[in-house]
Amino acid sequence: MSILIDSNTKVMVQGLTGKTGSFHTNQALEYFGTQMVAGTHPRKAGESWTADNGASLPIYANAADAKDATGANASVIYVPPAGAAAAIEEAIDAEIPLIVCITEGVPVLDMVRVKAKLDRSNSRLIGPNCPGLLTPEQCKIGIMPGKIFKKGSVGVVSRSGTLTYEAVYQTSVEGLGQTSAVGIGGDPVKGTEFIDVLEMFLADDETESIVMIGEIGGTAEEDAAQFLIDEAKKGRKKPMVGFIAGRTAPKGRTMGHAGAIVSGGKGDAESKIAAMEAAGIKVSPSPARLGTTMVEVLKG
Amino acid sequence: MNIHEYQAKAVLKEFGAPVADGVPILTLDDVQTAVDTLPGPLWVVKSQIHAGGRGKGKFVEAAAGEKGGVRLAFSKEEVMDHAKAMLGNHLVTAQTSADGKQVNRLYVEDGADIASELYLSLLVDRETGQPAFVASTEGGMDIEAVAHDTPDKILTLPIDPMAGVTEDAAGKLCDALALEGAAREDGMKLFPVLYKAFTEKDMSMLEINPLIVMENGHLRVLDAKVSFDGNALFRHPDIMELRDTTEEDEKEIEASEWDLAYIALDGTIGCMVNGAGLAMATMDIIKLYGEEPANFCDVGGGANAEKVAAAFKIIMKDPNVKGILVNIFGGIMKCDVIAEGVIQAVKETSLAVPLVVRLEGTNVEKGKEILAQSGMNIIPADDLDDAAQKIVAAVKGA
Repeated sequence: MSILIDSNTKVMVQGLTGKTGSFHTNQALEYFGTQMVAGTHPRKAGESWTADNGASLPIYANAADAKDATGANASVIYVPPAGAAAAIEEAIDAEIPLIVCITEGVPVLDMVRVKAKLDRSNSRLIGPNCPGLLTPEQCKIGIMPGKIFKKGSVGVVSRSGTLTYEAVYQTSVEGLGQTSAVGIGGDPVKGTEFIDVLEMFLADDETESIVMIGEIGGTAEEDAAQFLIDEAKKGRKKPMVGFIAGRTAPKGRTMGHAGAIVSGGKGDAESKIAAMEAAGIKVSPSPARLGTTMVEVLKG
Repeated sequence: MNIHEYQAKAVLKEFGAPVADGVPILTLDDVQTAVDTLPGPLWVVKSQIHAGGRGKGKFVEAAAGEKGGVRLAFSKEEVMDHAKAMLGNHLVTAQTSADGKQVNRLYVEDGADIASELYLSLLVDRETGQPAFVASTEGGMDIEAVAHDTPDKILTLPIDPMAGVTEDAAGKLCDALALEGAAREDGMKLFPVLYKAFTEKDMSMLEINPLIVMENGHLRVLDAKVSFDGNALFRHPDIMELRDTTEEDEKEIEASEWDLAYIALDGTIGCMVNGAGLAMATMDIIKLYGEEPANFCDVGGGANAEKVAAAFKIIMKDPNVKGILVNIFGGIMKCDVIAEGVIQAVKETSLAVPLVVRLEGTNVEKGKEILAQSGMNIIPADDLDDAAQKIVAAVKGA
């Protein structure tokens, strides 16, 4: 099994005709034939987009039309920051079950508005400012490099895009492979949190272990640790390896991600590491040893 | 993006918040206008720098006197004396470096008789994903200390963006601030005004510390600190005009022109990375092996060769850089593009320090091939651990 996406997932692309959307749609098509079914563009309805492999994707005026015509059940958004929130809202209005927003630099107050709408809908949003998600040999949504993945047993969830790749790459090198990997994104206001993804990995039979990568700022890692402690009491527990980026970051400085800031002693790495260790997660001191640490944990 | 206090007050005044009359001073010639416009008998002369703790700060220059960066004047002559003492000198506060910040602007304001000082701020609460007011009767102090010592004296009140600031929410804030009579009436009007300013102008923080109740029973915004969401500035050209680049690091400005995120640190290794998480992890691992990063430059997603070259040159401008680590795990970034940018930059800058490059991800073989065939002295690395060890060894050996 996998979580969120598999070979049956049909993906539309909002922002297909742009450079980024085109590049990554080609990559997705090349990745075990991910079902890319449509694109949207307000002024290009009726036209089509041709992939490098010769495939042709129809363009619709909006997400609702694309869903009606193709049965798409997921949408990936490559729209520039100024229009990204509107694109998410369009997908929510079209009742797309899974919306993945890759766009980096969406204004925070736009996301506040989106989140209020999302909370009143049945859609799930991953991101924004995230690399997307991937289920090995089945489906790739977003910008993760497909070749580093290997079908296997580790569930990967991460707040940081590039560190998701580290976790995937290293668990592949160790021969463990992944069930699915989800990059939830680094913005302060986002659609999906650690707890949501951990719940899915705990429920998934094929996921035998989990790598969770957090970073400084906020309390999402502490919340996730508490969730894991509560679930363990109910008898649901899987071996886990963790990492927190920003252990050595200077206080009071925003470290690139709007979310990655330590202020007032809240959200620092030490508090997160302590919470994760209390929940039974083996926290690796080095981002280069996620794979080897998992091997050690699994040996017991 | 941060702005000065006087600019923040002007923005809040536009929305109808009660602020004192004041005049910004850019040169000493402006002082006469200020004292002629403002009636007195009490004036406040305030240093305008992008750092807090100005009142308790101290000037580096002896000529500026022993007083802090905010001074009371009881005559027009005294306003001029204070302006002369402060303008152009360097103010050190708890939030600046030991060298302080040069005071290039002052703000002269009408004095107020203070009955009590309160704390009020607005920010985006990440736990609820909603804007939230933070209110406390303990104004004029370091709010983080209040939060630590007496958390029960702070109210955090998230606002549902679909509903805005309701009567009920405004009432709760009045209660938390113990507002009565005229001050309560002012408060009921002020909270929606601040919320409107915060959301319409895409602020990331609006802090009023202190908000005061005056002797006449009314509220006034005595100090205001506002910062804006950099990602939303494209739709606020009026706010962009308030940017004071003299307050920013020169290299950070150049980086922002290329849409790069540059952060200056204290060590010896310059880092080029893609992604904030990888930036922090790279910093962590360099420290794990016993060195410190001098800076890092995040080229983000979708950079081209020119942008990578620009990042490289910005990193090189820091004289503390004794070695450079390029650590790119390409998803949206293509490794061949990074490789071309690195080579272009090495050619243009006559690189004199060790350079370790670790590439992984999309088009990685192409990227490695370009580097290997360049004939340049580039140390390739296989993974993050290998890269960190190699650059630390190179810097220590140099």
